[in-house]
Amino acid sequence: MTSVTSAPVPARVVLSQADIDRALTRIAHEILEANKGSQDLVLLGIPRRGYPLALRLAEKIAAADSTVDAAAIVGQLDVTMFRDDLSHQGTRPPYPTKLPRTGIDNKVVVLIDDVLYSGRTIRAALDALIDLGRPRIVRLAVLIDRGHRELPIRADHVGKNLPTSSAEKVRVRLAETDTAPGGSPVNEVVIEGRS
Amino acid sequence: MAANTGTYLIRGASILGGEPADLLIRDGVIAETGTGLSAEDRAEDVTVIDASGLVALPGMVDVHTHLREPGREDAETVETGTRAAALGGYTAVHAMANSTPVADTAGVVEQVYTLGRTAGWVDVRPVGAVTVGLAGEQLAELGAMADSRARVRMFSDDGICVHDPVLMRRALEYVKAFDGVVAQHAQEPRLTAGAQMNEGEVSAVLGLAGWPAVAEESIIARDVLLAQHVGSRLHVCHVSTAGSVEIIRWAKERGINVTAEVTPHHLLLTDDLVRSYDPVFKVNPPLRTDADVQALRAGLADGTIDVVGTDHAPHPSEHKECEWAQAAMGMTGLETALSVVQHTMIETGLMTWADFARVTSTAAAKIGRLADQGRPLEAGEPANVILVDPAARWTVDPFRMATMGRNSPFKGRELPGKVVATFFKGHPTVLDGELNTPYPYADSTAGVA
Amino acid sequence: MKHLLSTENLSLANAIRILDTAEEMAAVGDREVKKLPALRGRTVVNLFFEDSTRTRISFEAAAKRLSADVINFAARGSSVSKGESLKDTAQTLSAMGADAVVIRHWASGAPHRLAATDWIDAAVINAGDGTHEHPTQALLDAFTMRRHWARLAGTGSEGADLKGMRVAIAGDVLHSRVARSNVWLLRTLGAEVTLVAPPTLLPIGVEKWPCKISYNMDETLEQGVDAVMMLRVQGERMNASFFPSTREYSRRWGFDDNRLKALDTLGMKDTIIMHPGPMNRGLEISAAAADSPRSTVLAQVRNGVSVRMAALYLLLSGDTREPAATPALAYAGTHSTKESN
Repeated sequence: MTSVTSAPVPARVVLSQADIDRALTRIAHEILEANKGSQDLVLLGIPRRGYPLALRLAEKIAAADSTVDAAAIVGQLDVTMFRDDLSHQGTRPPYPTKLPRTGIDNKVVVLIDDVLYSGRTIRAALDALIDLGRPRIVRLAVLIDRGHRELPIRADHVGKNLPTSSAEKVRVRLAETDTAPGGSPVNEVVIEGRS
Repeated sequence: MAANTGTYLIRGASILGGEPADLLIRDGVIAETGTGLSAEDRAEDVTVIDASGLVALPGMVDVHTHLREPGREDAETVETGTRAAALGGYTAVHAMANSTPVADTAGVVEQVYTLGRTAGWVDVRPVGAVTVGLAGEQLAELGAMADSRARVRMFSDDGICVHDPVLMRRALEYVKAFDGVVAQHAQEPRLTAGAQMNEGEVSAVLGLAGWPAVAEESIIARDVLLAQHVGSRLHVCHVSTAGSVEIIRWAKERGINVTAEVTPHHLLLTDDLVRSYDPVFKVNPPLRTDADVQALRAGLADGTIDVVGTDHAPHPSEHKECEWAQAAMGMTGLETALSVVQHTMIETGLMTWADFARVTSTAAAKIGRLADQGRPLEAGEPANVILVDPAARWTVDPFRMATMGRNSPFKGRELPGKVVATFFKGHPTVLDGELNTPYPYADSTAGVA
Repeated sequence: MKHLLSTENLSLANAIRILDTAEEMAAVGDREVKKLPALRGRTVVNLFFEDSTRTRISFEAAAKRLSADVINFAARGSSVSKGESLKDTAQTLSAMGADAVVIRHWASGAPHRLAATDWIDAAVINAGDGTHEHPTQALLDAFTMRRHWARLAGTGSEGADLKGMRVAIAGDVLHSRVARSNVWLLRTLGAEVTLVAPPTLLPIGVEKWPCKISYNMDETLEQGVDAVMMLRVQGERMNASFFPSTREYSRRWGFDDNRLKALDTLGMKDTIIMHPGPMNRGLEISAAAADSPRSTVLAQVRNGVSVRMAALYLLLSGDTREPAATPALAYAGTHSTKESN
């Protein structure tokens, strides 16, 4: 359950809908460049918001490379059961893990998530991935890197580096998963709390 | 002969809940009654007790107590059980026969009787077993027990039903020789094999083997007809179902010499409590439904049920701290009976304090043939008197009770009514709601073996 | 949810949550590595006061797939020969650091005692208690039915209930913990339940249950059913006058070849036949019925592991919140207050 803030919290928009779109377009091109094409590419989104971001990236990759079938290279990787903080945080029912038909063995897997913070989610994702198969290369793409890493993990592709204090909250709101407090779908990234 | 028990002037007690009056207690009897009795101008020292706001009642008589001694002194002793009785407002208890060894000989009933006198808190009247070893096969020596120092008049295999109809008939007939009574534990054994709780809606959900009402009612129906046939006196222990009340009402209308008892817990608790699977609610007969509770209250109010009997059944904690099916049956009751009856019968308007005196004392003494118990509060009568504060409220805490049993089903409940003083043969065994001293029998140390 | 003691008080939200989680757990069984690290370092004790190899290995497989350490404790202490008391056993397990106790007991209510007392502070899962409840069996049955029902509807199972599904549960309801747990859970999930049994094997008070009662198997089938669940007839009932003979029982209440054919004749091509096992072939179910394509017996066993993984995961991975549900022991009275977390 997301905690809905009742008291007005100072919030500022750091990425608009257009900013998000531009960032994803850039990342899509970076991915193709790093991979020297679309060969063996698999995009695995981490629930909840990594998955719609992976879908958006796949569309952009397909737009750049007509040999790519966007739907065929995207999957979802649930990491709930691999987290190291299960007994501290409340559980939620796990999301389904869905792999592309081609599987992940010997593929170039790009993990997609919305915000990179402590690095623990990605650690869990790497464990989850190993149980599913053996990719040739694993890369990481995130929309926001807000710093405060607790593990030696870094992203290969970053939409925006966002220096934050740990007292702040970074909220990514996507049309596929979120609605604004008013009720309409949104595409933006905001920072809440003191800086 | 009565020992010197001192002189007490009880001032302004509401007699059986009626008009306030004074009672002067001296040498074991109520010496004077009236208003404005004076403590001055008397030869002896007089202890004055201000009893304004208190109700004076005859000392309560329990027709159904398990004191566990001899044999299960880890559960209760005559000493601890009778302390609990005195605190609960009792001046006499009938000690059930299912001890180890069973009270089926003159020797055992005399032992229990002597233990009671040694303790000195209340009259302990042993109940004799109907059959040898409660085995239901052969009559115990009822006459020997009747003739013993314990002068047994009530006989019961309580805990086990005398289910053989021929044996029951013989017992009913035989005790006529000494004005005895058979107190039947009405429970058809085949219909209750493995039974764990009342059979009905709740047992269906809980998956606990059911204890049908008919197992009690069929035995009561048979026994009242047997009592009629042989012209004997029958007492039915712990009646628990609406159907049983109906049968007893029918029998009394036909003039059958039957008396019946109900426990305080059956006047208040229902089988819904078993949903907790907490064995503190496991009891024989089992807690029934709300309809049964209402019928029992009505039966007690209209006289169909004659007396309240506690079926005080203390158990060591390990017999209750276990699975429901493994747990022992029984609840403590001596220290909560008055409060539960006040709560269920008086505060509901079904009864007066005078009725209370009848069902907790007068009628009970008559069933047990106790000449000096359950008497009117009049000059010249034995001073078995209690003072009750009906306005008091208290929360039941089994760990603060005098009984060794911690198995009170009323744990944590707030109940009305508190015994302030208990006079047993003119001696205060309880004063200011606290245990005082036992009655000083002249021969109590002589120890009759 | 702190404990899983019964389905009687299991909220719809919690039931769906367990079933949905079980769907994800089932997917693990199809993977190369059939193991998840979720319960690494947690200790699950299988405390069995009654033999049941099937249930025990199902829970054992579930716990091991979640990487928990599993201790199997076959406790002596039948109703006849009292062994170590439940209290002492529980305190021993507590001292050993058990995080969850999966308890099977011949006495109804024994899991409730563990959960309601301070003998042990572990999650308690009822793996069958006396003739009371067997909640994980009902959950795996519901899981099996839900997959079937969703496939017929052409939708996914996720989030779905059993609204409108007609389920007949036939046999010894009186002594069946499986029947009780199923009646409550299926009611919560919106299915329509009919109990079919000889009157001797229905409890007094059953008329208050949220289901229909029938003494006639053929009539029940004719009225239409989507699932028929046959209950096992225990050997000890056969000589206690609950029914005259096994032959008569089988003829009147069993699922025999004629009734299997009747499903075809009546046009119920999608009706499934369920059995919690172990089966008495030829008594409550014919061999042909047990082995027919309608039979879900093996799917039930398979689904049992997934459902038990879900239960262990949800109870042990730290979530002690109650989403929108009633605490397991919210009964009248002053006891059991510490049940609520």
